[in-house]
Amino acid sequence: MRTTPFTAEHDALRASIRRFVEDELAPHARQWEDDGWIADWVWPRMGELGLLGLSVPEEYGGQGGDYWSTVVLAEELTRCGSGSLPMAIGVQTDMATPPILQFGTEQQKQDYLVPAMQGTKIASIGISEPDAGSDVRAIRTRARPDGDGWVINGSKTYITNGVRADFVTMVVRTAEADPGDPWGGISLFLIDTDLPGFEVAAKLDKVGMRASDTALLHLEDVPVPGDALLGTVHEGFKQIMWQLQGERLIGAIGGVAGAWRTWETALAYTREREAFGRPIAGFQVTRHTLVDLATEIEAAQALVYEACDAWNRGEYDVERVAMCKLIAAQLAFKVADTSMQLHGGYGYSREFDVERNWRDSRLARIGGGADEVQREIISKLMGL
Amino acid sequence: MSTVNLTPAPRADEPAMPLFREEHDALRDSARSFVEREIAPNVEAWERDGSFPRELFASAGAAGFLGLKFDAEVEGSGPDLLAQAVWVEELARSLSGGVAADLGASTDLAAVYIDRAGTADQRAALLPALLRGERLGSLAITEPDAGSDVAAITTRARRNGDGWRLNGTKVFITGAARSDDIVVAAKVSADDGAPSDDPHGQLTLFHVRADDDGFSRRRLPMMGWRTSFTGEVTFEEVRLDDDRRLGEVGSGFGHITAAFAWERLAMSLGAVAAAERTLEVGIAHARDREAFGRPIATFQVWRHRFADLHTRIRTARALTYQALRLVVAQAEGDPDIDDTQVVRTVGMAKLLTQRLAFDVADECVQVHGGAGYMMEYPIQRAWRDARVGPIGGGTDQIMKEIIAKTYGL
Repeated sequence: MRTTPFTAEHDALRASIRRFVEDELAPHARQWEDDGWIADWVWPRMGELGLLGLSVPEEYGGQGGDYWSTVVLAEELTRCGSGSLPMAIGVQTDMATPPILQFGTEQQKQDYLVPAMQGTKIASIGISEPDAGSDVRAIRTRARPDGDGWVINGSKTYITNGVRADFVTMVVRTAEADPGDPWGGISLFLIDTDLPGFEVAAKLDKVGMRASDTALLHLEDVPVPGDALLGTVHEGFKQIMWQLQGERLIGAIGGVAGAWRTWETALAYTREREAFGRPIAGFQVTRHTLVDLATEIEAAQALVYEACDAWNRGEYDVERVAMCKLIAAQLAFKVADTSMQLHGGYGYSREFDVERNWRDSRLARIGGGADEVQREIISKLMGL
Repeated sequence: MSTVNLTPAPRADEPAMPLFREEHDALRDSARSFVEREIAPNVEAWERDGSFPRELFASAGAAGFLGLKFDAEVEGSGPDLLAQAVWVEELARSLSGGVAADLGASTDLAAVYIDRAGTADQRAALLPALLRGERLGSLAITEPDAGSDVAAITTRARRNGDGWRLNGTKVFITGAARSDDIVVAAKVSADDGAPSDDPHGQLTLFHVRADDDGFSRRRLPMMGWRTSFTGEVTFEEVRLDDDRRLGEVGSGFGHITAAFAWERLAMSLGAVAAAERTLEVGIAHARDREAFGRPIATFQVWRHRFADLHTRIRTARALTYQALRLVVAQAEGDPDIDDTQVVRTVGMAKLLTQRLAFDVADECVQVHGGAGYMMEYPIQRAWRDARVGPIGGGTDQIMKEIIAKTYGL
């Protein structure tokens, strides 16, 4: 009976990604944090290594691997010493580009997906607006037909990679809300950021994830060609609901893997740090605290792997994905908070990574649909 | 008009870690209908009586549910641990902790020890009757002053000619107030052949029959599990022939340790299934019961609390199934599975699931309001029964110590 989803090929992939992360990414994490900017070379370098398209078919610049290959990448990126980097790469690989592969034309795949996999184009996903987050139907960014194309007006906010993106996979209203078709009238577009009227209005200052650039975008009479429409017109709501599954799942994978990293760090510290004549790991309460967390992480990982397995086989289980997102996000922050407690004063000091992780991990309970939104999804699917 | 394809690529046809097979799904159907037919309708009456008919063992045995993890040579239909897992889950859905406990004590405890430690003759003599449900078994390890700390056991077996004399008292022994075959852990001194003076090295298993001279017992009234014949058993100069010894002298601790994994896993499987059933009962009540002009299930706070519980149940099941995979792989002789991994994951499952089952029951008592506190509603039984989970089979605190050791803590 198999007890792990990973094969020898995955193990080999993991080893080489780990080397890359430790040698090429981790040494710069501190600097990126201080700069509020991940170095630009990261994207083309990861593209060159084939890491941006592990699960994408080879004809579109990917590696043709299964979803477990992506899981390996997401897990290993948590070793880079920055929450921002896995998020930025996750947007590139698992949030902004899967809809292109899933819904795009051959031309769109060549123009956007292939360079995104090479890391020569940076991708963003544009859903949230100043007055609409998980309530996607409330978005106001509006595309109006104009000749063969569209003219778009509106704002998008909290857009990861948004300051430097080459294109944004954007959710836009294309028809007025119709009570008879509540899910209609919304469409996806691939919008080049160098179009006239497209403006990065602000680089947002955040409590955590500080190395990641997060933008407020303004679109004023942005002329968009007809072939920028991604998928079927007015069907964007369903398309973005599909997109969110991959987004939440990759977030949950990273959340669990990040929780393990944090836990390992706390374990090592409590073994080393002495108080009252012995390592604090020697105190029973510390031991039990660590065991409680390990148990929760192991359980969350088991559920997330079930969801990954289903996703890898083409199943579309919205309830389980929401559960994974909910527990992984909560757990990542809980483990970070407990780790801060176990580190005492060092945990609160900027000198160590503990506080950065504490700030970074807090986002998971908000982004990609807040905890409360996940509970709404789950309870609805329970028939409540 | 919709042409959206909602299927992600790339695909793989087979699950990465398959668990149950088609025959297990069929078994689940028949186990569920057995429980719904033979047990569930009677649970309330049995609970009031503080008893359930001994014949239930025989009917479960006749239906084949007691022999799933045993060889054909002892009249089992296995060994199939996955099939046993299915039965444990379905039995737990009866929401009678007492019935599940006593049936489990016979098959998942006593019979497992006899199967593991016994000789071919002992297995042939004892197991078929247990698996047919004609005789009832129980396992006696815990004592008034020794629970998880098995080294502190004081029950002693002394050489007596070719046989043994057994003295001691065991408590909290599930099913023992009416069982026929009792597996007993006792200490044998080095003078009597134990391989060492180490307390663990003295532990030896014996088979005691309820009609042996010097054996006495009393039933222990309990807060929950009220249909269970949990009891205290006392051995006063009980004379046993040497063929009542199960396994080598001094081998008891090894057998106990080896059997823990299944015991804890079975508890985990049962707790998750019971939690799931309890939540169904709680939600049904919340849909039914109106307050301020609408069903309380429609209030957002309750919807979210139910969502959290449902999420915790699914998560706990995923962990429990991972523990099951490890136990099955180890039983299959997979060289990549080390014991530390099994002990750790099973311990985690036990720890997480027992507390979960109680938390779910407590929330479901809460959603019942005043009715939740009334004996006429079954939800209080789930609450009382679930409370033993974090105590029995090694307390939560013991589980944490065991898991901590696997990390070198």
